Amino acid sequence: MIEIKGLSKIYNGERVVDHADMQLETGTITVIVGTSGSGKSTLLRMINRLIDADEGTVLIDGQDTRDMGLDALRRRIGYVIQDHGLFPHWTVARNVATVPKLLGWSAPDIKARVREMLETFQLDPDRYGPRFPHELSGGQAQRVGVARALAARPDMLLMDEPFGALDPVIRAQAQDELRTVQKQFGATVLMVTHDMAEALSLGDKIAVMNAGKIVQIGPPEEIVTRPANPFVRSLIAATDRPFRRLALIGLEDHIVSGTAQGPAIAPDASLADALSQMIWSGRDALPVVDAQTAPDAPAHKIITLRDVLRLGQAQ
Amino acid sequence: MINRARIDRLGFWLFWPGMAALLLPFAGVRRSRIALPDAQSLSNTFGNWGYVAGAVYLAVLLAFVVRLSPVWRVGLGGLLCVALVLVTGRGAHLLAPDVAPYGRVSPGAGAWLALAVAGLLWADAMVRLRPPPLWRLATGGAVLGGVCTLIASGYLDDLSVIVEYHNRARSFWSEARAHILLALGSFGVACLIGLPLGLWAAKSRAIRGPLASVLTGLQTIPSIAMFGLMIVPLGWVAANVPGAGAIGISGIGMAPAFLALVLYALLPVVSNTEAGLRAVPPATEEAARAMGLNARQRLWQVEIPLALPVLLTGARIVLVQNIGLATVGALIGAGGFGAFVFQGLGQSAVDLILLGTIPTVALAFMTALLLDTAVALCRKDHR
Repeated sequence: MIEIKGLSKIYNGERVVDHADMQLETGTITVIVGTSGSGKSTLLRMINRLIDADEGTVLIDGQDTRDMGLDALRRRIGYVIQDHGLFPHWTVARNVATVPKLLGWSAPDIKARVREMLETFQLDPDRYGPRFPHELSGGQAQRVGVARALAARPDMLLMDEPFGALDPVIRAQAQDELRTVQKQFGATVLMVTHDMAEALSLGDKIAVMNAGKIVQIGPPEEIVTRPANPFVRSLIAATDRPFRRLALIGLEDHIVSGTAQGPAIAPDASLADALSQMIWSGRDALPVVDAQTAPDAPAHKIITLRDVLRLGQAQ
Repeated sequence: MINRARIDRLGFWLFWPGMAALLLPFAGVRRSRIALPDAQSLSNTFGNWGYVAGAVYLAVLLAFVVRLSPVWRVGLGGLLCVALVLVTGRGAHLLAPDVAPYGRVSPGAGAWLALAVAGLLWADAMVRLRPPPLWRLATGGAVLGGVCTLIASGYLDDLSVIVEYHNRARSFWSEARAHILLALGSFGVACLIGLPLGLWAAKSRAIRGPLASVLTGLQTIPSIAMFGLMIVPLGWVAANVPGAGAIGISGIGMAPAFLALVLYALLPVVSNTEAGLRAVPPATEEAARAMGLNARQRLWQVEIPLALPVLLTGARIVLVQNIGLATVGALIGAGGFGAFVFQGLGQSAVDLILLGTIPTVALAFMTALLLDTAVALCRKDHR
């Protein structure tokens, strides 16, 4: 577990980060959302001490980060930034091997780990390992960046706008992949973004920052349904709130028996997906069918518009 | 008829000076090494064979007017250059007995012009061929090796420059050593001082401006004045510091020239080091810190490798500049190829000036080629 206690940074008398408190549970994703200049990147950089805190402490499993050697600390913490920051003069494989090499792993261990990481990120090690970063697409470079950050099995992963430079389609894929990989490795992730939709879809917990302060911290449902102040509410545009909320609820738990016509929806979709299909095809119920079992089987399980509307209501 | 589109522009425009070369004297014959030359034409030298040689030469030039593939042009241009050198050497051999033993035979304006035209055609063809870096280097080495072999074979022994070389063979190689020591050694010392200064300037904004002003100021001092200025402080050191004279430091000679070259080399070394290091992408720099590379690992594993192309470009500038400037060092007794140039100037002996100039140019050219290759090779991996 990582504990952030009263962390502050002062530049020219101004508190760009003001007494930030936060706890990151092992194996969860926490997302810090805020506008630019809110201090979110500064907070992130104080954790691996790229920036030194003026007040407060960061504890990793109870140990103060200031008591660890600077390089040793950083080698325990993965780091991913928007411009991927890959070393342009090293191959993909050498990039991924950076931290294991610094930690003095044996050559066969490093080689095996690099293969494993590239395979995890769907990059054929024989094909992509020997390439140089300029020979990769933006999405591939970003995946290599994440693979490099995770290569040495770090205690946690810090990500600063990791998908900011990707186009929307690639970004959605990268987010899915991050979720999968995070579950697989049980990694503890702290991510910074200005995109509330990204935060809501990825975060187990969301911290909203404004003018250096953490103004609200909690699970996504709480941020959407009970914003602590007008600033948080403004981040989730008022008209969008019901859809944001529906997007957080899977339809699986709200299936009822019945029959419905037309194309089916998969049980792992969200209520927002269901509503969207109902509006588009003018139906008030959709058959729910697991695409893998029987796409054309007669449906007896459905999701209804009435339920969707009820679940989206403000509480 | 030859289609207009099939005409090569450079070949067309070089055809005319190439033809004019036939009307200019082929060789100059002098009764002594400083006498005025007596012009000789190709036909005077070779009789009827001279007309044959002229006709073949014109035919080859005409071939260049037509669009040929670069490979053909390189081959043909190379053959033409070699043939011109051989014909000039043969001509000198035929003319030399007339003025033996003190006379000299040197290439005339026509021979020089023809060689320049052929050289341009060949170099242009090489550029069009776009050989990979290592091939370029190999070609440069082959040309140098060819010229050396030709000189060693004795085929050119009757040309005045080669006569001058044979007369001074021993001092030629000792001056060559002095020249290389002066140019390379001062570069080495400038790197020892300049690399840390450049590193410092890259990291600290405060030092950058003043340092650049001082070094730019040094660079603006005219070279002859700089060499002269060095005499005073080093003369003082030689007279007053015990042991300084014993290790070869004196007001004139190698030491002041060496120091002057070091001072000239500092600006390009420092500014290229600084520019190279500052061009490392900020994201890469931050990633290196965040991965836990310490300052030394960042410098050696990330910053220097990424700055290397710019550093090598700086080295190229400095070395080529030093090889040229080292010539001036002879003025204050430092030796080097400049010694021949200044002796030649003093005696109005053109052959002696050429004996100092040609190896200097060749040395600078080969050094530039070598470093260009190194830059190209280390840029290939990353952009």
